[in-house]
Amino acid sequence: MTTLELLKIVIYFLLILAVTKPLGLYMKRVFSKEKTFLDPLLRPVERLVYRVSGVDETKEHDWKQYTIAMLVFSAVGLLLTYLIERIQHLLPLNPDKMGAVAPDLAWNTAVSFTTNTNWQAYSGESTMSHFTQMVGLTFHNFVSAAVGIALAIALIRGIARVSAKTIGNFWVDLTRCTLWVLLPICLAAATLLLSQGVIQNFHPSAEATTVEGKVQKIPQGPIASQEAIKELGTNGGGFFNANSGFPYENPTPSSNLLEMFLIFSLGAGLCYTLGSMTGKLRHGWAVFWAMSILFLAGAFITTYAEQHGNPMHQRLGVATADGNMEGKEVRFGIGDSALFATITTDASCGAVNAWHDSFTPIGGSVPLINMMLGEVIFGGVGAGMYGMILFIVLAVFIAGLMVGRTPEYLGKKIEAHDVKLAMLAVLILAFSVLVGSAVAAATAAGTSSTLNAGPHGLSEMTYAFASATGNNGSAFAGLNANTKFYNIALALSMFVGRFLMIIPLMGIAGSLAAKKKLADTAGTFPVDGPLFTFLLVAMVLIVGALTYFPVLSLGPYVEHFLMNAGKVF
Amino acid sequence: MFEHIKISIRITIVLLVITCGLYPLAVWGIGQAFFHDKANGSLITRKGKVIGSEIIGQNFAGERFFHPRPSGAGTDGYDATASGGTNFGPTSKKLLDAITDRTTKYTDTKPAGGIPADAVTASCSGVDPHISPENAASQTARVARANGLPPAQVDNMIRSRTEHRFLGVYGEPRVNVLLLNLDIQDATTKK
Repeated sequence: MTTLELLKIVIYFLLILAVTKPLGLYMKRVFSKEKTFLDPLLRPVERLVYRVSGVDETKEHDWKQYTIAMLVFSAVGLLLTYLIERIQHLLPLNPDKMGAVAPDLAWNTAVSFTTNTNWQAYSGESTMSHFTQMVGLTFHNFVSAAVGIALAIALIRGIARVSAKTIGNFWVDLTRCTLWVLLPICLAAATLLLSQGVIQNFHPSAEATTVEGKVQKIPQGPIASQEAIKELGTNGGGFFNANSGFPYENPTPSSNLLEMFLIFSLGAGLCYTLGSMTGKLRHGWAVFWAMSILFLAGAFITTYAEQHGNPMHQRLGVATADGNMEGKEVRFGIGDSALFATITTDASCGAVNAWHDSFTPIGGSVPLINMMLGEVIFGGVGAGMYGMILFIVLAVFIAGLMVGRTPEYLGKKIEAHDVKLAMLAVLILAFSVLVGSAVAAATAAGTSSTLNAGPHGLSEMTYAFASATGNNGSAFAGLNANTKFYNIALALSMFVGRFLMIIPLMGIAGSLAAKKKLADTAGTFPVDGPLFTFLLVAMVLIVGALTYFPVLSLGPYVEHFLMNAGKVF
Repeated sequence: MFEHIKISIRITIVLLVITCGLYPLAVWGIGQAFFHDKANGSLITRKGKVIGSEIIGQNFAGERFFHPRPSGAGTDGYDATASGGTNFGPTSKKLLDAITDRTTKYTDTKPAGGIPADAVTASCSGVDPHISPENAASQTARVARANGLPPAQVDNMIRSRTEHRFLGVYGEPRVNVLLLNLDIQDATTKK
């Protein structure tokens, strides 16, 4: 690894570190209904939203009402998107005359965008009309992100409140997140993206006659607006099949840096929000550092492996200094591609600027492992935070067992009921990834879709189920996922990964909110120092390793040795 | 429950209007007002006809032009309506065969630092507009000969089209193939 590649990682990390406090503090103020500088502009809009929708903003929900409101809202959006895709040929803004989307693909896509996954079994430029992209899909980019953050905030309230029945109002959290957090940042980011060459128009494809006299059709569309929320909301669904590798989505190294910055910014900010809302800032930072350690380790490993390249190709005379350039763009090279791949899978974003399928075995194993760990490294907006809180509950439980005391978390007793719910959420995810990829590996319907043979084929299938369950959406894209089997199986995984994880989690939120607060004693395990950070990192890695080491050895690890031995399939 | 359904439908409509109507329109307005050419695709027009986009790669096969990278987009490559790469994994025989085939071109003229990796590998988008400066330099002799230009002049053209890292750190040095080839075309038609 060169100094320059090291600098790319370090400067990026410092940028995220710099915005963690301001963004986290701002979000705390937004969700606690404290004054912010945007109030004069946004309060009237907010009141209008409530008046039209019939929301009483003074009323609060208990955990069950909150969860039901979220589920009903998601169901309405899901059905709406399905409907739009099925009748897009009858709707406006379809200059390239796209036909109706097939039922299984439309369903898969609707689930995918509702669950903040943005798994795409289709090529955007040849399947979806501008209307579908703008209304059916971008809508979810906003609200699925807002739902994620709302849930994290509700859980944090559960931790912070004492002997309380309610954890906030879902409609208010949803609206305030959209208006105060997502829209203003997106507007600024979209403007910066425009300045770099990202397009925003409603034209049909441009027909160019190339210098050598051939015809090249170049799709156009409203991309800058979608691109900003695609990264900020950790959605990841591209307008084009090549996603952030396509120059219209990501034209320059600076647009690339901005996109990477957007992916982590809210997830990092929420660490500070956690500390601020629970009154334990040092705890928020301890969580931040646990995430940072895991991020930095992944970024270094991926960059190192990609820079090292493929010895088989180097024996043919390919420059060793260039690394593995298959599936990467020249303007991003090794460093900016490897960093992007790490970030997009730490967070449950899933946007890509290089094809993970063509990464070296070790370089490609990091995105896979990031998703398997539950995307708790800053994570999907909100989802990363509530995922990490599950691990915190388990970590204080283990610490409690070691010292022989009832575990406590920020003054709340963690009882059998809470630990069971946390374990349930963790096991549901592992079940979905492992059973899903096992079924795929054992059936013709699963294996016939793989592009690459040998261990890499298993990696393709495992990656698909890890990505769907983790609501990531990136792929080892050689896999042909637009089949009945994958459309249905992966839709199920996305559904399980989002909603079956949320329900036990909200149960924990309700249970914690109702508890009394205990005073810290000498026997309380501190959750705000390096020891806690270390324990949390260990917890995440141990749970991940115990669950996934066998499948990782059969996939990327064995492939690494085969590659070095010069074996091809 | 009914209450939730009623609110859900209404708030969906309101948020749709804001996030999918007003927001993209605002971005469209900003784009058309301040970044007009870029927002409309950075299209290049010659003699009243669109010949391509500055930031979307197109294929060049002729001897007198610089060649872009191999492309996995569409059956003939550089199809912007079917963007993508090969997705071949590191132990793929097809990938090894393709790279073996592409490297044979360099048997006589192997660059000192090795064959530029970008010259023998497919990109992510399949419409990568750039090649590395090393890749361009390895084509100088051919392009100069085919156009009857002095190699030094061609090298100068490459140098003036080379874009650098952002802040000296992010991205990689690169040359825009379409813009460079237009320079070549201009230099030869003026003669």
